[in-house]
Amino acid sequence: MESTEELQFSDDEEEVTAETVLKTLQSAWQNERLSPEILPHQNDMVECMLGQIQHMERNINKLSKTDLRTSIHKMEISRIKFIICNYLKTRLNKIEKYCIPILNQERQRIETDTNYLTPSEYKYAQEYVLNMENHMKNVVLNKMPGNMQVFEMNKMAEHPNLQTHVFLKANETINGVVLEDLTGEDEEIDLEVNGCPNS
Amino acid sequence: MHLLFKLNMNDANATTENRSLWTTVQVRHSALERNKRCILAYLYNRMKKIKTLRWEFGAVLPPDIRELLSDDEYQWFSKYSGNLALYMRSLGQDIGYSGIDLTENLKPPKSLFIEVLCVVDYGKLELEDGDVVMLKKNSRHYLPTSECQTLIRQGILKQIM
Repeated sequence: MESTEELQFSDDEEEVTAETVLKTLQSAWQNERLSPEILPHQNDMVECMLGQIQHMERNINKLSKTDLRTSIHKMEISRIKFIICNYLKTRLNKIEKYCIPILNQERQRIETDTNYLTPSEYKYAQEYVLNMENHMKNVVLNKMPGNMQVFEMNKMAEHPNLQTHVFLKANETINGVVLEDLTGEDEEIDLEVNGCPNS
Repeated sequence: MHLLFKLNMNDANATTENRSLWTTVQVRHSALERNKRCILAYLYNRMKKIKTLRWEFGAVLPPDIRELLSDDEYQWFSKYSGNLALYMRSLGQDIGYSGIDLTENLKPPKSLFIEVLCVVDYGKLELEDGDVVMLKKNSRHYLPTSECQTLIRQGILKQIM
């Protein structure tokens, strides 16, 4: 895949090559799919990739229908599109599932300017919670007796299960990571490069 | 639930004078809370199912499913659909994309072209590169994957292994 991208980008005006963008996007996609809670957004990478897809599509349309090159590039484009779509979809699903805790955390984070959600995702989450609240109120809660009519946010919230098992892959060698075991004992593990312990 | 509540209120007022009715109030209150939780859980699960319907069928529901939803649920569905469409349109707006349709590309693409069998009479279909294909019942075609995805989901085409 790397060689075909070099064919298209002879003018490297950006400091970051298409290759690095794709690699970061791929690892972001992997991390997002496997982690139980939502991670910081990579919107710049996504937009960069989208621009490059546009560029590639334009180049492809210029070529005549000489089968081999166009079909290979088309395949690559559809694979990249799938990665982007799936990344955004997993984020959306996590937002919908854990919307109330995420909104609370985001409100705290906005003050320190370390957002996990893009502005449009934040708007989407707020609309979603409002919608759900109104729906519950109209269908059920308004018909219940007096002191039951409150839509209790904390009770409706679903919290991500931070205790699920995750697979790790170490990028650098770190010695002596201390893990808390279920019984309260501390377990020390040495992380080597590209070793894959399951924790 | 209202009945339980009324009984509870009467007894609650009575307990301010006389402590013996305290337990009945507690029991009825927890029964009320449990009923409320059950109802909300049922509604929430229905909401989740309707959400999956949106991702499968798109913004327009087939009539036999439409009549299974109550009016409030249909309102919620249209609001949810609108919210989703707004979000999808805002993607990539900075570079001038008119938005990405996230409901496409549900499975990783295996090949560029697939062979499909046409199940219903659809008429003419124009592909991206300008070729026009006549879709009649039981006709087989070899088409690019991206074009087929939406039609397969609507049920007009069927993929042949």
